[in-house]
Amino acid sequence: MASKAQAQTEQPQNKAVDTPENKPKKNRISGGFFRFVIVRFLLIIPTIFILVTIVFFVMRATGDPITAALGGRLTPQELQARIHAAGYDRPLLSQYIDYLGGLLHGDLGTTLTDNQPVITVLTRYGAATFELALLALIIALIVGIGLGRIAARRRDQAVDAGIRTFAILCYATPVFFLGLLLKLIFSVWLGWLPSSGRSSLASEMQFSRLVSPTGFYVIDALQLGDPAVLLDVLQHAILPALALGLLTAGVFIRLVRTNVISTYTSGYVEAARSRGVSEKRLLSKHAWKPALIPIITVMGMQIALMLAGAVLTETTFEWKGLGFMLSTYLKARDFVAVQGIVILIAIIVSVVNFIVDVVSALIDPRVRY
Amino acid sequence: MSAANSTPTVPGDDRLAELKAKSRETFFSKLPIVKQLKIAVGWQKGMLITGLVLCAFFLLVAIFAPLIAPYGFSQIKDASGKAFDTQAAPSAEHIWGTTVGGFDVFSRTVWGARTAVIAIIIAVLCSIFIGVLLGLVSGYFGGWIDRVLVVIADAVYSFPSLLLAILMAIMISGGQSSLWGGILASGLSITVVYIPQYFRTIRAEVVRMKESAFIESARVIGAPTWRILTKHLLKNSTRTLPVILTLNSSEAILTLAGLGFLGFGIEPTAAAEWGYDLNRSVSDVTAGIWWTAVFPGVAIVLIVLGITLVGESLNDLADPRLRARKSAGEVIGSIEDTSVDPSTQKSAAEVVLPGEQTPDAKASKGEES
Repeated sequence: MASKAQAQTEQPQNKAVDTPENKPKKNRISGGFFRFVIVRFLLIIPTIFILVTIVFFVMRATGDPITAALGGRLTPQELQARIHAAGYDRPLLSQYIDYLGGLLHGDLGTTLTDNQPVITVLTRYGAATFELALLALIIALIVGIGLGRIAARRRDQAVDAGIRTFAILCYATPVFFLGLLLKLIFSVWLGWLPSSGRSSLASEMQFSRLVSPTGFYVIDALQLGDPAVLLDVLQHAILPALALGLLTAGVFIRLVRTNVISTYTSGYVEAARSRGVSEKRLLSKHAWKPALIPIITVMGMQIALMLAGAVLTETTFEWKGLGFMLSTYLKARDFVAVQGIVILIAIIVSVVNFIVDVVSALIDPRVRY
Repeated sequence: MSAANSTPTVPGDDRLAELKAKSRETFFSKLPIVKQLKIAVGWQKGMLITGLVLCAFFLLVAIFAPLIAPYGFSQIKDASGKAFDTQAAPSAEHIWGTTVGGFDVFSRTVWGARTAVIAIIIAVLCSIFIGVLLGLVSGYFGGWIDRVLVVIADAVYSFPSLLLAILMAIMISGGQSSLWGGILASGLSITVVYIPQYFRTIRAEVVRMKESAFIESARVIGAPTWRILTKHLLKNSTRTLPVILTLNSSEAILTLAGLGFLGFGIEPTAAAEWGYDLNRSVSDVTAGIWWTAVFPGVAIVLIVLGITLVGESLNDLADPRLRARKSAGEVIGSIEDTSVDPSTQKSAAEVVLPGEQTPDAKASKGEES
């Protein structure tokens, strides 16, 4: 992604230098910048298109969805009739074009197993996944940036070695195993926290009274204004968020440490140090900001990784989000639903990468347009 | 060596022979890991050695699995035909207990090492081969093939790898599979995910090098394209491969386990697979049965830890900014040699850089040239 972004930024860059009306001061957010944003935005389309195509053909390569979902429960004649009615016996290419046509109109189809519009599935379960990912991201950022900076400052000392080992352990532990361990310790042995689900039945009942539930249980609980419900929701969220957050934190620690070290040892920091700037200020002012650029880039990519982690975390904790549903639908071979969820993930990933490229272009003073 | 023999000598003048020029490195000492072992200093060396020991341990377990494991991986009855107890706690007969299906946990964990190692080898070899080939061709020839491949690789690369692997696993094996079928399906689904990484790395190197003088001259003297690709470009672009390779192997294990955990991996009767065992232990954990989850989980953590430690060390050693700083003893030593008053040297070593001088650093003093 990064190399592509660079290639993208270099082209307009040359043009901007040639045009004399670019004032040097206001150069950073000029027409060139917007051209870059637009070009980069348009690049989202082929990415999504390719992923949709891959998913469509991979899914169809295993047979038609109706046989997979209902095969064995119906007679062959009935099955054939259903397949014909749904149009799955038509040539693959015309099905594909139809599907793309539907996509352009925002029509993702209806799930085969429980006959719901895919859009409804996405909005209902998407909120749960988003909530989990957000909480996990907060944990990952706090742990990752905090420990990463300490490790960079105390480089090659015992603290650093300890933090690095912790980071590698976070990365090496599969998120579902970490989840199982947390469950074992905190809910089975200690009995402090609930072992699965998003909330207890009592809170679930409370939520059903809400006029406009958002699907974000923390927000819904705040809407209700009942501290008991909020506590219940948070108690359910702690373990999944911790499991997913620590997985990501492992990468963040490494990332922050490496990048801060490389700026920390560079010439201008050395120069500032020789002028008598305090170590604390060196770290927080001089070394930190330039280190942010690669950190933000990779963090964006981590969000994509988090979505995969969410599938595993949600399965471990029976957290009814998109990941949980994806694995359920995959097992039922409900290809329409799977395609819908995968497209949503593709869109999220592409948009996040787009934002990352734009933000890192904004931060990096070397990139001009 | 032949170059050293043909050095012109002057009779009676043996200064050249006395000159302690560094002798040419042997083939053995130029091997990736061996070379890094010599450069590594202090706890960085410790990390590398720990990683190598862990890797070697699992490799040995994988090779000698039939000798180590007391039972077969799908064995549920002992020799006399009596079925094993299910969910039995660790005992003399089953040192790590039995699972809900009556499998012996210790045997399955040991056999799982074999599955993991085979899957890594297949996945890494295939993805290196295909990725490197595509990268070479794409980078060298350019044109529209290059552009299409780059866009596809970027799209695949940005997508969560586990999700892609699930889709591939379903396409290849239809979700369930036999011994080699299962391992191959998992291996190949991981392969597809990692091809873009090798592709991108190699392509970037090739694009950077293809205009350089030595490639030009090879072309001018009429070297065949194939020879330029393999001899000149490939050999010079593999610099970063060991790092990616190790990091990918660890990711491959996590992906394999993730597939197994979600139920898209290898059937339990076909081969022992840690992810599947963890999947079965989710309900055990809620009941307080810890041994079915902890042992396969720890196995995953340790093997990934081993590979990651090796990969991290290689990565750090390849980057001079991240390499552990030259041992303090060495730096001071060189100052001591030139200092006017040798009596101050000891106190200087203690005062100037306290804590920087570790026993390891001293020991490795002689090793670094």
